[in-house]
Amino acid sequence: MAGTLVPSVSRDTGSLLARDRHTTMRQVQSAMVAGLIGLAAVIAVGVLWIILGYVIARGLPALNWDFFTKAPKPYGETGGGVAPAIVGSLYMLAVASIIAVPIGVGAAVYLSEFGRGRFATVVRVVVDLLAGLPSIVVGAFVWSLVVRRLVGHYSGIAGSVALAIIMIPITARTVEEILKLVPQALREASLALGVPLWRTVLFVVIPAARGGIITGIVLAMARAGGETAPLLLTTLGNMFFNFNLFQPMAALPLQIYTYASSPYEDWHTKAWGGSLILILLIGILNLVTRLATRGKQVR
Amino acid sequence: MVQQGEVVGAEALRRRQRDIGDPAFAGAVWITAAGAVLTLALLIALLLHDAWPAIRRYGFGFFVHSTWDPVFEQFGAASFIYGTIVTSLIALILAAPIGIAAALFIVEYAPRWLREPVAFSIEMLAAIPSIVYGLWGLFVLVPVMRNGVEPALQAVLGPIPVLNRLVAGPPIGLDLLTGGVILAIMILPTVMAVSREVILAVPDLQREGMFALGATKWEMIRYAVLPYARAGMIGAAMLGLARALGETMAVTLVVGNSTTQIRASLFTPGYTIASAIANQFTEADKAIYFSALMNLALVLLLVALLINLLARLLVFRFVRSPAGVRV
Amino acid sequence: MDREILAALARPETTAETPESSAQQSGRRPAGMQIRDLAAWYGSFKAIEGITAPIEPGKITAIIGPSGCGKSTLIRCLNRLHELTPGARVTGSVLLNGEDIYAPQVDPVRVRRVIGMVFQKPNPFPMMSIYDNVIAGLKLLGRRLPKPQLDEIVERCLRAVALWDEVKDKLHASGASLSGGQQQRLCIARAIAVEPEVLLMDEPCSALDPVATMRIEDLMRQLARDYTIVIVTHNMQQAARVSDYTMFMLAGEDRVGRLIEYGPTRELFLRPKDHRTEDYITGRFG
Repeated sequence: MAGTLVPSVSRDTGSLLARDRHTTMRQVQSAMVAGLIGLAAVIAVGVLWIILGYVIARGLPALNWDFFTKAPKPYGETGGGVAPAIVGSLYMLAVASIIAVPIGVGAAVYLSEFGRGRFATVVRVVVDLLAGLPSIVVGAFVWSLVVRRLVGHYSGIAGSVALAIIMIPITARTVEEILKLVPQALREASLALGVPLWRTVLFVVIPAARGGIITGIVLAMARAGGETAPLLLTTLGNMFFNFNLFQPMAALPLQIYTYASSPYEDWHTKAWGGSLILILLIGILNLVTRLATRGKQVR
Repeated sequence: MVQQGEVVGAEALRRRQRDIGDPAFAGAVWITAAGAVLTLALLIALLLHDAWPAIRRYGFGFFVHSTWDPVFEQFGAASFIYGTIVTSLIALILAAPIGIAAALFIVEYAPRWLREPVAFSIEMLAAIPSIVYGLWGLFVLVPVMRNGVEPALQAVLGPIPVLNRLVAGPPIGLDLLTGGVILAIMILPTVMAVSREVILAVPDLQREGMFALGATKWEMIRYAVLPYARAGMIGAAMLGLARALGETMAVTLVVGNSTTQIRASLFTPGYTIASAIANQFTEADKAIYFSALMNLALVLLLVALLINLLARLLVFRFVRSPAGVRV
Repeated sequence: MDREILAALARPETTAETPESSAQQSGRRPAGMQIRDLAAWYGSFKAIEGITAPIEPGKITAIIGPSGCGKSTLIRCLNRLHELTPGARVTGSVLLNGEDIYAPQVDPVRVRRVIGMVFQKPNPFPMMSIYDNVIAGLKLLGRRLPKPQLDEIVERCLRAVALWDEVKDKLHASGASLSGGQQQRLCIARAIAVEPEVLLMDEPCSALDPVATMRIEDLMRQLARDYTIVIVTHNMQQAARVSDYTMFMLAGEDRVGRLIEYGPTRELFLRPKDHRTEDYITGRFG
């Protein structure tokens, strides 16, 4: 019989909208869940600010002029800085970019402009897999290839190669996304005018996407710049300035690791200081790319 | 679906063979793409080659025996594998609910003005390098675990049989549990970002349909959003898991790094596969030692690749998470 | 005047020859509504204003008007769906059997349980089977009904929407595996399974082909014996075919939608009181 199976409407009082216990309970349950969900969000966001807070609070005391300009002092002595590490990181990132940018951008262009057929699918899957590689595995591979076979010992070039491998998939994916945003009409207009394909891509499509391409490269650098594990196995680190790629080179994340795993209080503080610098550098790079791409469409 | 530019490029190639620039350009681009493929292929091949002596010598026992003694050339990675599984599981158990719930908050509950700051926080969290997590873990989290959380857990679970074996032993802080916690924090952004994409993809019409039946907000989420987004959220969790498996520096600083026998307690110091490789690489002196480490790397590689592939099958539409978020 | 409309208006009234509906059997009369001075905003944009009209119990009321006149906004105010949009708000009152659904002590969840809705685009839940879709609303009501009763409800509702024979052998297939017209009928079955008083239909046929449309219109007339129905439609012929009463809405120069005219369908179409109604009906705009 209609109306009797589902008696949540109070037919007896005649009111259709009066509050009933069951509905109120459901609302209470909904509110409680909302509270839990809000709590989860607070935890998730809170963790970030807690970590940042510590880095700033404990890292700031370590920052002084020497910190930025001098090399580390020997074990146990106070003073000195992380200058070789900063320089080394930048140097290796630059070399890594020279390797990674052509391959990454090239792969992106391939996928975006020529990307049909089985090989393109393979490339796409490969890029995704490369992105998912644990960075320690990349380090092991580069150790085996460069440190053990090609050069013979730990060296900056090995570190650069490792960083390059990490940068390639990030660059490729970001740039491919950007290229996909370039309006098809732009390409067709150029081709219709008789411009050959290679000129179209090089002088029309890529310039139109250049903001995004630079973003992709910068993001890849920011990401690779923070990596430690692959460098541990390839460049080993150095307490002194070194501009020879075929010798071990310092890097900021490695320096932080060395300081952190030591028993010296002063070095712990320096580890925080190094982290602060590292985060600032990465943060600035990220901020710059966000500002550069905010609202700005591909021209 | 045809991608932008694809048709134009391929067809242009076919039609415009006159200009020598085109095939040359196409060739150059093809070479760079092939370079990426070559890199991966070389990586797998080289790892296999270097690990081969260890594989041949230890075979399947490599995964089963837990004695890792370089001096006597006994290499059994079981405790590394155990450590990896335990820390990753803890990470997943903590990060998946929190990450999914936080993503739900962003999409379903947060007022407009709150979304940007929260999204920004996730991106920032994702951008922090793992060494910094490790540093924070070592100097902040470990004391908290040692002095606060672990004793508390012991007090609560101590009287319960079976469960109390999880919290047995002195709470040192440098143990598998802490390793799991730091990993959870690190994979949180990944889970959040991907889950957010997945939840956003649920059509509003589904939500309205559930509301129109007289559902409360939670009921709407539970019956309309979550089932729709389920596959994607599992994918998000798997991507988080893949990340946790490969994470090295943060774990290595807090997990204790000792090859004790496998014990039930979470308060045991241990190794993960990644931290073992990182810690022992520079100490390795014999060829077979290196080979064993390469074998470890190979295992890690294969597992990470497998999970990544599976996750992408589930999430392939949402693979593009916010730039910078590690996926 | 459109020949189709004339033909539609000429259809016979439902007579006592039709079998007694279950509502008539239990002596239950569906509820009526009264809209009073209703206005609705999206943020600072006022969408509709000054709407006052009755919704006669047990009858079909159509809301017609050109696009942008606020018909969808109006119907979504009738089951408090409008306020779910961030920044949206409502003033005025909507009475259901004399009780204001917007009264502060009233829970919107209750309102939506007794005033059901069918949407323009069919939205069965794809992760649920056809069976589960029908009882989706019942699941919310908590009472664990025994399986035989649930089976009976599912069959009754699917029969009521003339879907039973088509799906009875695949009740466990996904709700999304049906054709457009079938999906919409499933959504209607889902809506009536919780036994609402009023059924709101927001352009239920606009996403469907003419054959499916016809079946839904037939269905509407069947359902009207048990439910009060409000239907938004951009199709005047449909309004003429199906409804007992019609509201005509129009947005002014200020883009605010107002009720221009309300009356029995025949009257409104054959002897419109307002010239704007007449202009719309004779196709001079819209």
